[in-house]
Amino acid sequence: MAGLTSLRNDTSLWRGGRKPRLRAGRGTILVVSAAYFAVPLIASVVYTVDDPVKGFTLSAYTEILSADGFLSALLLSLELATATIAVMLLLLVPAAIAVRLGGPRLRAVVEVVCSLPLVVPAIALAAGLTTVLKWGPEYLARTPFYQTIVALQNPNFPIVLTLAYVVMALPLAYRALDAGLRTLDVATLMEAAQNNGAGLIRAVTSVILPNLRAALLNATFLTLALVLGEFTVASILGFQPFAVWIVNGSNGAQGSVTIAVSVLSLLLTWGLLLMLSTGGGRRPTHEPRPTSGPHNEKEGTT
Amino acid sequence: MNANTGRRRAATGPQRHQPLARWAVVPLLLFVAIAFGIPALAMLGGAFTTSDAGPGTAVHYTTGNLTASLQGAYFTALLGSVKLSLTTALISTVVGLLLAQAVVTSRHGMLRHAVLSASGVLANFGGVPLAFAFVATLGNAGVLTQHLGLDKAGWSLYSFWGLVLVYLYFLVPLMVLTVISSLDGLRAQWREAARNNGATTWQYWRYVALPVLAPSLLGGFVLLFGSAFAAYATARAMVGASVPLITLQIANTLGGNVFAGQGNVGLAMSLDMVVVAGLVMAVYIPLQRRSARWLV
Repeated sequence: MAGLTSLRNDTSLWRGGRKPRLRAGRGTILVVSAAYFAVPLIASVVYTVDDPVKGFTLSAYTEILSADGFLSALLLSLELATATIAVMLLLLVPAAIAVRLGGPRLRAVVEVVCSLPLVVPAIALAAGLTTVLKWGPEYLARTPFYQTIVALQNPNFPIVLTLAYVVMALPLAYRALDAGLRTLDVATLMEAAQNNGAGLIRAVTSVILPNLRAALLNATFLTLALVLGEFTVASILGFQPFAVWIVNGSNGAQGSVTIAVSVLSLLLTWGLLLMLSTGGGRRPTHEPRPTSGPHNEKEGTT
Repeated sequence: MNANTGRRRAATGPQRHQPLARWAVVPLLLFVAIAFGIPALAMLGGAFTTSDAGPGTAVHYTTGNLTASLQGAYFTALLGSVKLSLTTALISTVVGLLLAQAVVTSRHGMLRHAVLSASGVLANFGGVPLAFAFVATLGNAGVLTQHLGLDKAGWSLYSFWGLVLVYLYFLVPLMVLTVISSLDGLRAQWREAARNNGATTWQYWRYVALPVLAPSLLGGFVLLFGSAFAAYATARAMVGASVPLITLQIANTLGGNVFAGQGNVGLAMSLDMVVVAGLVMAVYIPLQRRSARWLV
């Protein structure tokens, strides 16, 4: 930092004429970007409160709750999110810890498996799922599997969506957890706990997990945001959680209610994620990596 | 030396846990095999098979689906997606680099923090609500469209360039996040050394900074291309079907809007997408490693 500051001073002495221009350029970029990112939000809010006939009104927001199907769609999304987060944590936390204890080959396997969903876009996954679900009536009608296929698509709680969402959340969630574990010396912590008489489960729950709070929160929030905003798979498979409801609802007449719901859900999700980036700990994938101990660095290079 | 230390560590401490460690991974692997493996294989299988007399009849292998997916309207959609993704990725790379550089060189810590937080949020969440925010702003009845009379000037949000404008909203922040750590890694000494050797700012960027940044810029570009290529919700909510895109076309065929005997073309197009996404990853991962070499 000191180096940067001194450099800047040098520049101003050395080439005084350029600095204002550079500054103006920087200012222009920042202002134009800020405008581009702020205007759609502001305009959406204006759109919802400004009625061409009545003038200022908040009716778009008050009508949301009574809108047809809104509550059930939101409820479905929240249920799906809860189930997805639970399954994701149950599968990933043991695996992420195990990767730190096991050899490099185990680590490579888990990393590849968790990155696989990146190669299959959501729409392709949805296409695969529709094919599988069609097997039910076509081939499996007389076998016990048929009941499984039917249960997967229960419209009150479509398990198949949870399965898809866990898969889609794997890359983000694994990276969040792994970044948290990278700052811990898991092997030593586990050994210390076990030398003090803790069992395996107790060592994990009372020593490792409390140290992982920020990473767990990161993974949870990212998954929550993903599920609440997910449209592709749900709409292709014909279910109606929140995001699908917004689009279907827009075919009806009440444009401003749809926009109001969109604004609220944007603000809500952004608020959640912002809380995560300021309060619950840094976004590990994007911020520069936290300085890790010498032990971890060595492990990284081998 | 590092390798030795690593090997010794692996041989002593953690080995006691290894058998247990393997078991802890098993549920994850099983889950992925079922929830991801089965649909993926079903897609692959479906892309290469057909049952011409409708569902339930004899199935035989064919490459007809793949051929069909690269012809006519399906091919137009693929090209449309590639064109849109290339355009948006290119613009976002340039704008993202400029924005990140503006943030890095600014002296305000607050600004940096704000831009990074906002980028993390914006890059992660777009989709349907974002599309509708733009509809309210620049759509036919949008606030700006009405107040500035843009519709009379021939503006339409439901077009190729409308989509570009919306995609930038989540792609530019993604680029900022991707490139900012590389910009931080540009050492002051390099600039000083270039200056001392009489280089102008332009020469410094042309011969020092950009070559060092190139892998991470290219990696970012490829990543943006991949995100834009796979995006569906935004386009579906905004343009319906007025811009040909491969994701919209797949959804269309899955919904049953196809000629008889072409039911599996949607699966073949999905396979096309997987191939493109695979190529993106194959380019991105080595570039990511390469950029880590200079910019520690």
